[in-house]
Amino acid sequence: MPAIFDTFKLRAEAVSAEVHRFPRKTEALDFIVQYLRSAGVADSPQSYAVWADCPFLSGVDKKQIAEQIPGLTFEVTRETAAASRVGISQLDWAMANTGSLIQDAAPVDRRLVSTLPNIHIAVIQTDRLLPDLPSVLGKIRPEQTNYISFITGPSRTADIERVLTIGVHGPEKLVIIFVDQVFADQVSVDDVLVDEAAGVN
Amino acid sequence: MRKEFRDSINTALHNPSLTGALGRFSEAYRISREKAYEGIDFEAVRTQIADRKGYAASHLDELADRFTQKAEARGTKVFRTNDPAKVRDYILDLARQNGVKSVVKSKSMASEEIHLNPHLEKAGIEVHETDLGEWIIQLAGQTPSHMVMPAIHMTKEEVTEVFNEQVEEGQTPDIPKLVKFARGKLRTKFLDAGMGITGANIAVAETGSLVIITNEGNARLVTTLPKIHVAIVGIEKLMANFSDIVPVLTALPRSATAQLLTSYVSIISGPVPNTDGTPKQLHIILMDNRRTEMSHDPKFKQALQCIRCASCLNVCPVFRLVGGHVFGKVYTGGIGTILTAWFDALKSSDEIQGLCIQCGNCTQVCPGKIDIPGLILELRRRLAVEKGQTFTQKAIFSVVNNRRLFHSMLRTASVVQKPMQKDGFIRHLPFFLSDMTEFRSLPAIADVPFRDKFKQIAQTKQKEKAAFYSGCLIDFAYPEMGEAVVKILNKAGIEVIFPEGQTCCGAPARYSGAYEVAAQNATDNISALLEQDVEYVVSACPTCTVALKQDFISTFESLGQTDALPRARELAAKVMDLSTLVKKLVDEGRLTFKEGQKLGQVTYHDSCHLKRTLHVSEQPRELLTKAGYEISEVYEADMCCGMGGSYSLKLPEISAPILERKLNNIKQTCATLVVMDCPGCVMQIRGGLDKDGAEIKVEHTVQLLAEQLK
Repeated sequence: MPAIFDTFKLRAEAVSAEVHRFPRKTEALDFIVQYLRSAGVADSPQSYAVWADCPFLSGVDKKQIAEQIPGLTFEVTRETAAASRVGISQLDWAMANTGSLIQDAAPVDRRLVSTLPNIHIAVIQTDRLLPDLPSVLGKIRPEQTNYISFITGPSRTADIERVLTIGVHGPEKLVIIFVDQVFADQVSVDDVLVDEAAGVN
Repeated sequence: MRKEFRDSINTALHNPSLTGALGRFSEAYRISREKAYEGIDFEAVRTQIADRKGYAASHLDELADRFTQKAEARGTKVFRTNDPAKVRDYILDLARQNGVKSVVKSKSMASEEIHLNPHLEKAGIEVHETDLGEWIIQLAGQTPSHMVMPAIHMTKEEVTEVFNEQVEEGQTPDIPKLVKFARGKLRTKFLDAGMGITGANIAVAETGSLVIITNEGNARLVTTLPKIHVAIVGIEKLMANFSDIVPVLTALPRSATAQLLTSYVSIISGPVPNTDGTPKQLHIILMDNRRTEMSHDPKFKQALQCIRCASCLNVCPVFRLVGGHVFGKVYTGGIGTILTAWFDALKSSDEIQGLCIQCGNCTQVCPGKIDIPGLILELRRRLAVEKGQTFTQKAIFSVVNNRRLFHSMLRTASVVQKPMQKDGFIRHLPFFLSDMTEFRSLPAIADVPFRDKFKQIAQTKQKEKAAFYSGCLIDFAYPEMGEAVVKILNKAGIEVIFPEGQTCCGAPARYSGAYEVAAQNATDNISALLEQDVEYVVSACPTCTVALKQDFISTFESLGQTDALPRARELAAKVMDLSTLVKKLVDEGRLTFKEGQKLGQVTYHDSCHLKRTLHVSEQPRELLTKAGYEISEVYEADMCCGMGGSYSLKLPEISAPILERKLNNIKQTCATLVVMDCPGCVMQIRGGLDKDGAEIKVEHTVQLLAEQLK
């Protein structure tokens, strides 16, 4: 998987996304906590952080993290999301050749945390990386899910004098965090093989 | 042409921020588009799009039914209508029933097409466009000037002024700050709106899904925050299978904005929960508005393959000068002319169709493989049928078709102009004709036309014969080009004949929509050129070559004159442009160049019909190089010079700045000689350089080759 990850990173960075990769969930979690602190997340309107429920959070002591970061909440509503600086969610697939993330976004909390805050932190399992659109279409199921989102970099416009400006109605920053470790309730038979192929150590 | 239309063109031409922005954009676009397509087989992708959208266009009814069934099974309400008024009423009723006071919209050309906003606003409902460009023009009370970048015609200073006047004082012309300001102001509109309206880029029948492509993230908010989502979808957006989205998602972002993928793609296949847990009301309006009728028109059905990327605007030499507003209120540019003729009315395209110079740039980049210039000609033809020809047009064509009369009239005119003629140029024409010579000198009419000079050329009888088709310009203005053709072919042991019965190639008539006249020209030329048994029919004018090789056939087809087709095809098979024929003879060893010639730098201008219709661009370059010239390529070598046949007479105000750009590019090269294969381009560029006073010579390839062949 190194080649495909490198392609993803190159493409995603080319559209102004930040890309990180960690072997284990604990390291990813540490990074996120640090990130929220340095981003100035605090217990005041416009400085909250909202985290949409996801497999990554299973086994994580949410209460303890919330205590570490005042202003971080796992209760995602339009009000909390609209008053947040950072939104965190887990994405389902990544597409290397365009540096895109793909998500079953039917549950509204997943869209709220990735549309309203200024910064979106997207967590994804490294083995969810696919090469291109045809392979992604082989995975997503429009007949089963009512809203599928493709996210490629932060929101952007060039509507004034064609000058590229990052951050319009959606986030102005997209931080992508790959985690090699398989999240607890997402284990599938071929995950172990993929991990080995990825050369994770 | 109405004065109002001419005025709108002149207003646009004299708006430096518009022409500046569009000019820079068109230059940047060409490069960034190419980069975005790196590693992608564009021809393969666009063939897939054309096939799949072509299939959809032939099965609109069936796909609409399947889409409706699939979407409704998921809880979506689907409303299908041909009538724009019913679309407006449906949305207004829905808003009223649900007590909606405020609507947020993401960009939807379909809603522009039916003028939805004023309808809702009149009923007391607030409508907020949320795409930044659309919001700006909504605030400014304008209409989009470009399908993808609606406010491209405005500077940041103008945007600041609009914000200060319409929203809140105190804004400064700093783009990131203006964008932040818009984000803040529109955020509350998103949160307060009772209804969200979107368009869709694709509607998949197999799954009942909508695919919505955006960059700003507004469509995600519009489809998430309000409790009602209405999508207005033109039925040409239907595609059969979910896998059909692959080629469209590959081409649309690359062609529209030179991105590999836009920031957001949303695939909506049914109602999702609202933020309060209630299910969203999802209404999809499948709007026909003559699209089905269009799908039954054998010529225009292909226009339904459009994916609205606007690349035809971005590469158009005319659009980059005049921008979108002269085209009307909704759809702009080449494809916009066609869509306006259908979705509004044929007569609405009467003036704007005349803006097309027929250079064919758009056909190179269209992801739907639509023959936009061809369809615009067809509009022209239908308009001409509807209106009939004016007396002047009829008079002109009857003169043009009578070669002797035409030459003697031109000759008389040129003698009358004698005092104004110097070194073979006419530099000033009096009165209403002055526009013709304002930006370029015209060639003086030759004392003796080529058809008479030809008789003086001594030739050896040969078995192998070629018929030379001169065309108007070589016959009357540049007979020396014709003499060079004879010289070259004689060297290869080919005897040239000049069939006296040849007449105008019919291009002027065809490009004016006068197909009956063009058909008569075709008939006369076919019998003249096929009268003797010849190996080749050769022309040194690409426009004439295209006429002989392709247009005769399609003119007969358009008029249903199928009896004439076999002979037209027989002629077409023998027709060759000069460079292609010479290249063939050189390759066969029948022509050789003088050895060791070092003739210095020249630059080459690609003529529209030669490059894009006949696909000839390497042959003349190779021949010139073999002759001993060194080619220094000019920027935008294959961009139209602004001649476009009678275009430069009808719209000199547009032709002149196109030429100016061409001349500036030529001057940027080190060459003191610019070469081309088209006598029309020679007339335009030579005339322009003469007016300009630049020390650069202009020659037809044939003359240079004739000097350098052994």
